[in-house]
Amino acid sequence: MDQKLYRKRVRTNRIGLTLSMMAMALGLFVLLWILSVLFINGFAALDWNMFTQSTPAPGTEGGGLANAIVGSLLMVGFATLVSTPIGILAGVYLAEYGDQSKTAEVTRFVTDIMLSAPSIVLGLFVYAILVAQVKHFSGWAGMIALSLIAIPVVLRTTENMLRLVPGSLREAAFALGAPRWKVATMVTLRAAKSGVVTGLLLAIARISGETAPLLFTALNNQFFSMNMNAPMSNLPVVIFQFAMSPYENWVRLAWGGALLITLSVLVLNIIARVFFRDKTVKS
Amino acid sequence: MSDHQEALKHAIEIRSLDFFYGKFQGLKDINLNIAERKVTAFIGPSGCGKSTLLRTLNRMYSLYPGQRAEGEINFYGQNILDAKQDLNLLRARIGMVFQKPTPFPMSIYDNIAFGVRLYEDLPKAEMDVRVEWALTKTALWNEAKDKLNQSGLALSGGQQQRLCIARSVAVKPSVILLDEPTSALDPISTAKVEELVHELKTDYTVAIVTHNMQQAARVSDFTAYMYIGEMVEYGKTDEIFIKPKKQETEDYITGRFG
Repeated sequence: MDQKLYRKRVRTNRIGLTLSMMAMALGLFVLLWILSVLFINGFAALDWNMFTQSTPAPGTEGGGLANAIVGSLLMVGFATLVSTPIGILAGVYLAEYGDQSKTAEVTRFVTDIMLSAPSIVLGLFVYAILVAQVKHFSGWAGMIALSLIAIPVVLRTTENMLRLVPGSLREAAFALGAPRWKVATMVTLRAAKSGVVTGLLLAIARISGETAPLLFTALNNQFFSMNMNAPMSNLPVVIFQFAMSPYENWVRLAWGGALLITLSVLVLNIIARVFFRDKTVKS
Repeated sequence: MSDHQEALKHAIEIRSLDFFYGKFQGLKDINLNIAERKVTAFIGPSGCGKSTLLRTLNRMYSLYPGQRAEGEINFYGQNILDAKQDLNLLRARIGMVFQKPTPFPMSIYDNIAFGVRLYEDLPKAEMDVRVEWALTKTALWNEAKDKLNQSGLALSGGQQQRLCIARSVAVKPSVILLDEPTSALDPISTAKVEELVHELKTDYTVAIVTHNMQQAARVSDFTAYMYIGEMVEYGKTDEIFIKPKKQETEDYITGRFG
């Protein structure tokens, strides 16, 4: 009887293990497939001109992605500068000050909607309130659309990380007579630092690949431009336009751009992981 | 109350204190004097309200909406339950150490300096002196003097707890509240902390909550036995442990409880 039960368990275990291994293999296979296609096409496209020349006009030879790279860096950079303080401060408010208050509940609800809102809707929103009003596309508009995506991500991770800080640590700081803002900035935020930075890096990774919100905010610019007040080139939109074009050099540049974005997102993710692991082991 | 107590100065006088967690009443009509520069222990089974009582003394409960206290707690004549009481100033004068060691995520030096900087603007040299003083006072100086710049989290559990006591001592409070300070520590660290409690009472008024009755007997001058939110018996520790007046106290102390 016992033997029978045991054999049944061994069998169930084997089936379960096989199924989960197969699922893993499938996932891994698809991922490796995507990466290999991207790497083969991307690295073939990679050359020095890609970083020095701007996107070519239709029918012209060669060209590069310099304008798109700089445009993406500028917009993602400014979006990070804007969304970091807003996201972190709002997260601190939710975790340390607001807690169960009405304002906090509403903020949390709106943040959750923003998190799951399709990014094209956020792009459309910025188009309606900014681009349509001033009647031209601009880097600033793109930056705002990207910030709207990044802020809820930073806010939510900050709040969640602060909530992981044990209440006893907070109480210990209060017990010394520390005012609330000192407890929040010097103790809890510091204790949650690695998690907050990780959230920030993931938010940057997320917005560096966003295409939809840039389509009708920053649009694109064939020429090299660092003017945030004018239409601005950027990697995702260039990939979108070039990948489906009939020109061979355009398609090649699209692959190169896709590789650049993927590698930078990969690097950000690795940094985030290393950062998080180092800090959590110590504490 | 015995005659000895009349001569003692009271740091804290608790008068008909009731405490509520929302609708649930956690403390019922507590009356108690905490003598200056003595160690007062609160003992009793889990859930009897001893920690709750300790947390009213520095108004820690005020962090949580829904918790409230009624009655009077006079701290050198001033009712700290008064709505106008500045909580930060109160907590700077009545320090607290918790069950689990809670070093801040900063260096050992900054752990001590954090509290001091809140209310004093000391030049670096004086701050160094203060940090050394607090660490010496808690017998941690020899172990920590070479790693003041290392994270407080790098210390062992017992050392962390002494660091937390040092942190409280460093701001020079008048009362130190200890909430089961040794329940997470090994016997050797426990012995060190108990020794420390003994030292502390030369300068500070100490109130300690403990599950360990031997500990209460060892470190305290006065003991209060509590049961389900009420103060059953309060008196000199010797009397409580050798000749309690009430049967319930005796039952609890001798382990015939329940």
